[in-house]
Amino acid sequence: MTTSVDTKAKSGGPRALHSSALARSRWRTAFLLSPPLLWFLVIYLSSLVLMLITSFWSVNDFTSQIDHQLTGSNFSQISSGAYPSIILRTVLLAALVTITDAVVAFPFAYVMARVATQRSQRLLLGAVLLPLWASYLAKVYAWISILEKGGALNWTFSKLGLPDPNLGFTNGAMWIAFCYIWLPYMIVPIYGSLERIPNSLLDASADLGGSSWSTFRRVILPLALPGLLAGSIFTFSLTLGDYVTPLLIGGSNSTLIGNAIYENLLNGGNLPLAAALSVVPIVIMVVYLTIAKRLGAFEAL
Amino acid sequence: MKQSLMGGFGRRTVVGLMALSIGVLSVAVIPSGAGAAGLKAPTAGIKPLQKIGKGEGKLNLIAWEGYATPQWVKPFETATGCQVNAKYAGSSGEMVSLMANGGGHQYDLVSASGDADLRLIYGGDVKPVNMKLISDWHQFRPFLKAPSFNTINGVHYGVSLQFGPNVLLYSTKTFKTAPTSWSILYSKKYSGEVTVPNNPIQIADAALYLESAKPSLGITDPYELTQAQFTATINLLKSQKPLIAKYWNLASDEINLFQSKTVVAGAAWPYQTNTLQANKAAVADTIPKEGATGWADTWMLATNAPDPNCAYKWMNWVSTPKVQAEQAISFGETPANSLACPIMNQMQAGSCDGYHANQPDSYFKSIKFWKTPLSTCDNGKNDCVPYQQWTNAWTQITG
Repeated sequence: MTTSVDTKAKSGGPRALHSSALARSRWRTAFLLSPPLLWFLVIYLSSLVLMLITSFWSVNDFTSQIDHQLTGSNFSQISSGAYPSIILRTVLLAALVTITDAVVAFPFAYVMARVATQRSQRLLLGAVLLPLWASYLAKVYAWISILEKGGALNWTFSKLGLPDPNLGFTNGAMWIAFCYIWLPYMIVPIYGSLERIPNSLLDASADLGGSSWSTFRRVILPLALPGLLAGSIFTFSLTLGDYVTPLLIGGSNSTLIGNAIYENLLNGGNLPLAAALSVVPIVIMVVYLTIAKRLGAFEAL
Repeated sequence: MKQSLMGGFGRRTVVGLMALSIGVLSVAVIPSGAGAAGLKAPTAGIKPLQKIGKGEGKLNLIAWEGYATPQWVKPFETATGCQVNAKYAGSSGEMVSLMANGGGHQYDLVSASGDADLRLIYGGDVKPVNMKLISDWHQFRPFLKAPSFNTINGVHYGVSLQFGPNVLLYSTKTFKTAPTSWSILYSKKYSGEVTVPNNPIQIADAALYLESAKPSLGITDPYELTQAQFTATINLLKSQKPLIAKYWNLASDEINLFQSKTVVAGAAWPYQTNTLQANKAAVADTIPKEGATGWADTWMLATNAPDPNCAYKWMNWVSTPKVQAEQAISFGETPANSLACPIMNQMQAGSCDGYHANQPDSYFKSIKFWKTPLSTCDNGKNDCVPYQQWTNAWTQITG
């Protein structure tokens, strides 16, 4: 009886102290967080909301003025004509780039994380990150000069007695350029997740009679999956939103969503239609991120 | 025009959406389009400046990249004390957006191209200019003194600056003699070897070709198309698509395409021809029998220009023969001032001829200068297809 009162009395003291400290630290946290939070709410979220609202406005065909009456006409417009194929092309390309980068990046990241010595590991990481220092445009132009007629690739093929691939200004050229430019964004997260796998798990798998293939399939791959997904978010979303690479290295069938937005916004002056088009990648990314979250992608970020 | 030569792509959006969402904040409430149904320029009644006074010490320009170059900006600043701040725009549409609300009490002048002019005038974003205050104006080529793309009912909304034709550029290896018709850009014979600009105004080029190729359509002005004429033009452009290697965005794109022999024919500016020929590429250009479209740029005065005196001083400065010649050579276009030709030749031998600056007026009459397609046609009816639909159709063609 007395002991229980005692314990209550004893426990009351520190708890009270603790909660007042907590309250104070909460205030401090709120104070410190409010500027970035305000920035996030006012600049970032509200502009997204504004864009969403704008996508339901329209432009008067006759006067070119924005009509503030809410209408779904932009969305019916982007679900017809050339837009569905533009959207499909963009998503397919983004998916293809992501898969290619994953296939190329995984073995590279694996060697970096688990095979290379510490010294060569650093060198390799430097080599992966170095291209990020070069201008994006310089890299795209480099690919143009490699792939175009009379470029390095055609020259090499002709020396080998093979027919000209003539890849310049095609969707294939876009695919190659995107894969190259976004590759570091795939390697680094996979490397991070592979590096964190404790050796003891691999030893355990081997001790239990697992072959190296089943160790890879049942231990390494599941543990690297969050990194793989995190990388795929980068490569997928970066491809989804890009409009410069298609302008420069694309051909006559290379319009992506970003180009359609750019055209409508800057050349067409059709802000509502551009806003409606911008909703498309957002929806695609929300779906993508939801799936990625289910699969645990954010654990590796 | 030169959205391409100049870029506008220097700014790159990684996720595209961020910039766009910010763009929404800044432009959402701004009407950017052409005039109202009655088509009355809202600023027509504003009385222009009568005498150029003391400079305000500063001048804010919206310009095509290369239009405010130190070569002629520095001496201007020294001579007038007006400090020039230039904001480069990447496309006509961007210029119109930036100029909304009469320049927003921020900008004084915009170097608009013909396809933006009427949108600016009927949007009330620019105001009348007193040509009596522009001393070199009387030496302008006659057709640029009061062209219909910047002068309405005798009211001038700006000072013409430079212009150029959209020429037919071809490989002299493929074409031993100069092609006489734009038809080669629509011929299956050159499948995959043709390039045209990635610009909705390119529809006018196809309309100009149809004007003589299909007289039954009754096209008289490539910028004023009825629905039937417009549909026929779009169909022609859709059938052209398989022939296109690339819709070029930057002048350097097209130079590259010809240099690497990817294409053998295309629509171009004289700038590309001159650059390619300087690099010893086997190309030449011509204006085919159907005529050609062309661009013409105008310095237009913002309705709410905060520095009108410096603005007038600038319009005078860029109209002088010397500055006109400097800009023509540095940019590769034709000056409006007829006295610029000999100075061009002094600066670079043969440049006057190279940029067609010495041609008779009949040559310029064959050029149909860019103007904003409006729903009102010259025939008084309101059945022409407006620019909005041009851009939509262009996305459908190239998409």
